[in-house]
Amino acid sequence: MFPLHLNGMLSGLLCGILFGFVLENAGFGSPLKLSAQFRLNDWAVFKVMFTAIVVTAFGLWALRLVGLMPPDSVAVPQALVMASAVGGALVGAGFAIGGYCPGTSVAGLASGRVDALVFMVGLLIGTFAFVGFYGPAIRGMMAMGSIVDGDTFTDAYGVSEPLVLALLAVALVAVFFFGAWFERRSAGPVTAQQAVAGAGASE
Amino acid sequence: MNTPTRDGRPTVKPFWPPLAAGVALGLVLLLTFLMTGHGLGASGAFTDVVAGAGLTVAPEATRANSYLAPKVADGNPMGSWMTWEVLGVFIGALVAAFLAGRFRVQLDGSRTVGTTPRLVKALLGGLLAGFGARVAGGCTSGLGLSGAATLGIAAFVFLALFFATGLIVSRLVRGI
Repeated sequence: MFPLHLNGMLSGLLCGILFGFVLENAGFGSPLKLSAQFRLNDWAVFKVMFTAIVVTAFGLWALRLVGLMPPDSVAVPQALVMASAVGGALVGAGFAIGGYCPGTSVAGLASGRVDALVFMVGLLIGTFAFVGFYGPAIRGMMAMGSIVDGDTFTDAYGVSEPLVLALLAVALVAVFFFGAWFERRSAGPVTAQQAVAGAGASE
Repeated sequence: MNTPTRDGRPTVKPFWPPLAAGVALGLVLLLTFLMTGHGLGASGAFTDVVAGAGLTVAPEATRANSYLAPKVADGNPMGSWMTWEVLGVFIGALVAAFLAGRFRVQLDGSRTVGTTPRLVKALLGGLLAGFGARVAGGCTSGLGLSGAATLGIAAFVFLALFFATGLIVSRLVRGI
């Protein structure tokens, strides 16, 4: 019966190595390619993330359906709406300004990017600042708008899980459709050659 | 493997197509859930490093901090699953970059915005993302990706604000 609850060194290294291998191969070690999503001329970030979300969500659902995984056996983030919104906005702003998010900065450093190392130093400073400021004010803001009835759309609002999955699948098709449309009308996706040459290099 | 071209530089292999990369990422994430009961992440490792460093440098203050106290209650979190996972991300990405001829030491973005501005922006971006990830309780991978795969409401709120803010800020500030 899954999950196996393997939370040691080997499990961490294995999952991480596979994660990093995929991230770099997707092109997500390159801040040029990552930030091209926000300029709307390269939709790889949306496409890869949505595909992964749908594959995993369907997989978890199917495993539960055939009885290999009991219900409520995987960690679901708490529905802290204000904390997620404010945190999401800050990570999005950091991504636009710095060119990375925490995970992709590790892939960026691994592909030789010094700016990714600087971003990681920034992450440590930002984390340290949060820890220093943490108190009643931040805690109060983070607790605002929390949904108490449940953490998923199914638990909180009674939306059936197959319907949520179907909506995600529709959203995935839409991302690929609109992505292709935008990519055709712009400079298009950042190639590996352009990414390795670095931002601003002539071909 | 890297077959040098006529000018002696290694051939740069193309990135995987997004659909293939997305399916691969989904399978890795599913495997992670099966093995551990939780998803992938990144920012948590940076928190563990801050907590672990704090425990070494200023143990009293670290144990007294209301955010770090629960994280250091069972000892130094530097060897947590998440810290090993992020070390793994580095190794996996390094192997991928070398196999595909995509490893190149550079300050990416220095050509477009200048060396000093690029360093400042990378540091500032990291600072905002590090602070924001702690507010949200996760980052793009830990909360956005892994949380959305469990159909968590918080993940979709995070992703919506992440992309909306990114779209706006990238029009106001040129990061790279």
